Amino acid sequence: MIEQFVTNVLLIYELLRVLVSNIFNFDMVENKQRNIGWKTPWISGTDKGGYRAMKQAIWRVMLALPFLLLLGGCVERTAVLNPQGPVARMQYDLIMWSVGFMLFIIVVVFTLFAVFLIRYREKPENAGYEPPDEEGNTLLEVVWTAIPILIVAALAVPTVKATFALEKPPTENVKPITIHVTAANWKWIFSYPEENIETVNYVHIPAGVPVKFKLTSVGPMNSFWVPELGGQKYAMDGMETELILQADKPGSYMGRSANFSGEKFAHMEFEVVAQTGTDFRKWINEVKQTAPKLDEEKYTQILKPGLVGRMTFSNTHLQWIDHAKQNSHHGDGKPMKNDDQHDETMTNGHHHGE
Amino acid sequence: MPLEYRTQESRLNILGFWIFLGAEVALFATLFATYLVLFQRTGSGPTAAELFEVKDVLIETLLLLTSSFTCGLAIFEMRRGRMSGLIAWLLVTLLLGVGFITVEIREFIHYVHEGATMQTSAFLSSFFVLVGTHGAHVSVGIGWMILIIIQLLQRGFTPKTARKVFIVSLYWHFLDVVWIFIFTLVYLLGMVI
Amino acid sequence: MKWSEFFVTGEPLIYAADVAIVLTIIGIVFVLTYFKKWKWLWNEWLTTVDHKKIGVMYIICAVLMLFRGGVDALLMRAQLTAPNMKFLDAQHYNEIFTTHGTIMILFMAMPFIIGLMNIVVPLQIGARDVAFPYLNALSFWLFFFGAMLFNISFVIGGSPDAGWTAYFPLAGNEFSHGVGNNYYAVALQISGIGTLMTGINFLVTILKMRAPGMTLMRMPMFTWTILITCVLIIFAFPVLTVALALMTFDRLFDTQFFTMANGGMSMLWANLFWIWGHPEVYIVILPAFGIFSEVVSTFAQKRLFGYKAMVGSIVGIAFLSFIVWVHHFFTMGAGPAVNSAFSITTMAIAIPTGVKIFNWLFTLRKGKIRFTTAMLWSLAFIPNFVIGGVTGVMLAMAAADYQYHNSYFLIAHFHYVLIAGTVFACFAGLHYWYPKMFGHILNERLGKWTFWLFMIGFNICFFPMYFLGLMGMTRRMYTYSAGLGWTPLNVVATVGAVLMGIGFIVLCYNIYYSARYGERDMTGDPWNGRTLEWATASPPVHYNFPVTPVVEDVDAYWVMKKKYGGFHVKEEDLKPIHMPSNSGRPFWMSVAFFVAGFGLVFKWFALAIVGALFIVIGLILRSFEDDDGYHIPVDEIKRMERAARKGA
Repeated sequence: MIEQFVTNVLLIYELLRVLVSNIFNFDMVENKQRNIGWKTPWISGTDKGGYRAMKQAIWRVMLALPFLLLLGGCVERTAVLNPQGPVARMQYDLIMWSVGFMLFIIVVVFTLFAVFLIRYREKPENAGYEPPDEEGNTLLEVVWTAIPILIVAALAVPTVKATFALEKPPTENVKPITIHVTAANWKWIFSYPEENIETVNYVHIPAGVPVKFKLTSVGPMNSFWVPELGGQKYAMDGMETELILQADKPGSYMGRSANFSGEKFAHMEFEVVAQTGTDFRKWINEVKQTAPKLDEEKYTQILKPGLVGRMTFSNTHLQWIDHAKQNSHHGDGKPMKNDDQHDETMTNGHHHGE
Repeated sequence: MPLEYRTQESRLNILGFWIFLGAEVALFATLFATYLVLFQRTGSGPTAAELFEVKDVLIETLLLLTSSFTCGLAIFEMRRGRMSGLIAWLLVTLLLGVGFITVEIREFIHYVHEGATMQTSAFLSSFFVLVGTHGAHVSVGIGWMILIIIQLLQRGFTPKTARKVFIVSLYWHFLDVVWIFIFTLVYLLGMVI
Repeated sequence: MKWSEFFVTGEPLIYAADVAIVLTIIGIVFVLTYFKKWKWLWNEWLTTVDHKKIGVMYIICAVLMLFRGGVDALLMRAQLTAPNMKFLDAQHYNEIFTTHGTIMILFMAMPFIIGLMNIVVPLQIGARDVAFPYLNALSFWLFFFGAMLFNISFVIGGSPDAGWTAYFPLAGNEFSHGVGNNYYAVALQISGIGTLMTGINFLVTILKMRAPGMTLMRMPMFTWTILITCVLIIFAFPVLTVALALMTFDRLFDTQFFTMANGGMSMLWANLFWIWGHPEVYIVILPAFGIFSEVVSTFAQKRLFGYKAMVGSIVGIAFLSFIVWVHHFFTMGAGPAVNSAFSITTMAIAIPTGVKIFNWLFTLRKGKIRFTTAMLWSLAFIPNFVIGGVTGVMLAMAAADYQYHNSYFLIAHFHYVLIAGTVFACFAGLHYWYPKMFGHILNERLGKWTFWLFMIGFNICFFPMYFLGLMGMTRRMYTYSAGLGWTPLNVVATVGAVLMGIGFIVLCYNIYYSARYGERDMTGDPWNGRTLEWATASPPVHYNFPVTPVVEDVDAYWVMKKKYGGFHVKEEDLKPIHMPSNSGRPFWMSVAFFVAGFGLVFKWFALAIVGALFIVIGLILRSFEDDDGYHIPVDEIKRMERAARKGA
């Protein structure tokens, strides 16, 4: 990958060198004496060698910079750039749409920059030239205000559309499944309320079916992120957020926590396994039949800060506690007994999407 | 031109203080926003309706609003050049302020005795911090006025002392305005809604 | 509390730091004693109320903090060069990135900008000092002792480790026991008070102390940006004051503001923090824009293009900066309507910023561009900042941000705007105004080496991070697995970071070298400048101007040179000059703040009360202050003016 990168850069450099030296008659290679500075003997042009060579080098790199942005090809197309579901694809399209406009802006600015620097630099030939006393130009101000407004509008409309669209399942005629996700230091717990099974640090989903992930956390805020399937959303204690993802086809997709939650947060990786409908149902039945049951004591153990690896259970913790409800538990995840709490608190556990 | 505006330094100080009050507006606005977000989150503790009592709040309001009026009277006396009048009304203002603080402290102690401390719930935390911050500002104002009265007695009327009196009066009126917001958004809102 | 909890133990690097700290203190004491400079230190620096000296002190602190923040960065980059490296464990990495962020923004960028503000603004408006010199000194010492308090955390008690954003519940007592985050809450509070005072001070100064003839629309652009920045400070910093106070209450007194139970709301912290946090980044970037306006105009030898549009855009940016904060947490579940609204306001900020970029470009057009070091920094800002800016627009698109948020794409964006914006401006300003500060010029050759090393290194370090983010790398990860394909770009980033470090070393050498061998600036106007600070000697006499200049147009000094051949002072016009007296109170009051703060951090409330008591005593003494300064007689002025012009 690095070789690709380097070859691309060298190719582009050659192209530009030819281009620039022809168009601007600007010989970057010759050592010309330059008279810089105004009656300032201390700003010496005597620093040949290092400075001059480096200046040439950076002219090349700077001019190549806009083109480096196009070198997406030498970066591995993974994660965000490799959408594997309709949600991720919607976001990818939005990203590419914006990249186009951003490249346009960069080309305009960089070109003006390079042209002005090269053409209007102080040199022996223009020693007597006195720059004009320009106050400004109202028309130009209008132009370079209006065009960015148009660009912002062109970006805002699809953004707002997509932002609203992401709140609904991407496929309309397929019934979504619901999976509750609980982030806890430093693991992910997946509960399937309808199927009544629970997994830790990995989750199976049916391919082609929208999955409503109901996110919550025990303790610090985390963020549920499976880049190949879509963007992320925060998982927070005492609250429930909803994130809808969908995988196009069976496969394995990496997920991680995208919000710093303490010492071992970097290890909060989990695997999303998408399967065909048949395989998924087969897997569920297998779990129901073979996996052990989870009780409160074991669950409290799991919640203790640390890493636990993968686990599977044939019931869920939702039967005795739902961390999405505020005041349902103490900070360590232990359920709060009824006499600990005021009745009104149940109204404080609210859903998000407001 | 009033005495406090007659030197360059005084004019700068007065403008600076107005701007400081702008920052204080931002500070109290943040405290109010916090309170409004949290005031219904009472956890297992009491609600505003269960806690607040009309009598205390009315007494506090009367004391503070009157003190703002007497502060105005003090400035009136200052403009007329009457030192005794100025100091007298400043003392009355100060004493009304002390009265306000006394009632407020007793109100807080009462709540604590009822088991409503600032550790009980988010509502109570934000109540005590908002109203407490205002009370702390009033207390600082009382101390500040005492210092100024001493300086008036020592040095009489100068542009400098006039400016100090004017600035502390701005401060005092500002705190009064904040109290009106507290009365409305904390006590009224809590007792009526 | 055990000694082993009070002092950080068990770490060889920390022990080395302890030794270094003790040796440095001994060294400083020894040097001061040997050269008999204690009185000088007290009279000239610790008690000064002179804006120029205060500015220099701010900048010295900023450069030292740049060193510490940079070392933090290099440590992080070392740890991330290869997968599963064991150079730093998770806890240390977390402490290091927390201190890196906090130091760079609050103790490096802010003081650098405020330092330049202090030195330049009174000179640019033709004033003798700021409106409140005593308050100015207090601002500095509060900043200094707040920074000191934060800095000792890593050897006493332990550094904060919840990120510079210190989100709850992570930053609460339950998940961050220990005193680390107490340091965060208290130290930032103390420094923050200093900054708020600076905002008030400079707002009054600029509004009321401009030289006759200098209307608002004739002010230098740097002064304009400072004026607007002060408004930002005044409205944003109180929000931080409240947020930190609530954090302090939660951590020290068990209140329920941001807790998980009893009605607390962690999201409230995120909101309050960023309602301050977003204006904060504009507080550090607007003065940077002002610096670039000055430098570009001076070295293109042409007046700034579109003055009115430049002023309008600063005002627009400042206003918009208060209504975009939710973009820092689009993914926190605010709902599509809220996210869409903030997407639009955030994208809108790009418009006035773009206007400024084009105005700078057109200032260059038809100019006569001189490539001094200050100009190189300012020129490099344009392409580099635009890269950061366009990625900012990309991040503003909420639906897309769900993928970018908290990834290395975000890190790359904000480093591009902060480094190419603020840091480049600080370096440009440093080179540009160095002669005004110290009377000699930084060596151009070394300056250019610094520039190229740092600028190239910066791009090599941060450009790959855009791609790392798109490849799924999250920020604040202390390590990563081998199979993810992130290693090559991480290696490249580390190489870039090393180059930046070397550039910084060259800058330090430049400062030393120029102090010994640097060319002296004899005219006071080494660059053929356009604004009034160049009408004074280098460094200026402590009263700045012997006579207040009269201003006739924008670029006041340029006009003076064209019409009258310079700023000429007739000796008959001289009058005695009133100057404020020095005071030791800002210094020891700030020590009291430090003591009180230290007490709060460790919950030693008796100590906190003692510190608070001395603060109150300081306030009372100030209230009774009768010292109105002193006057410099005309003879003295004549003598000093002649001495200043002796070498010209």
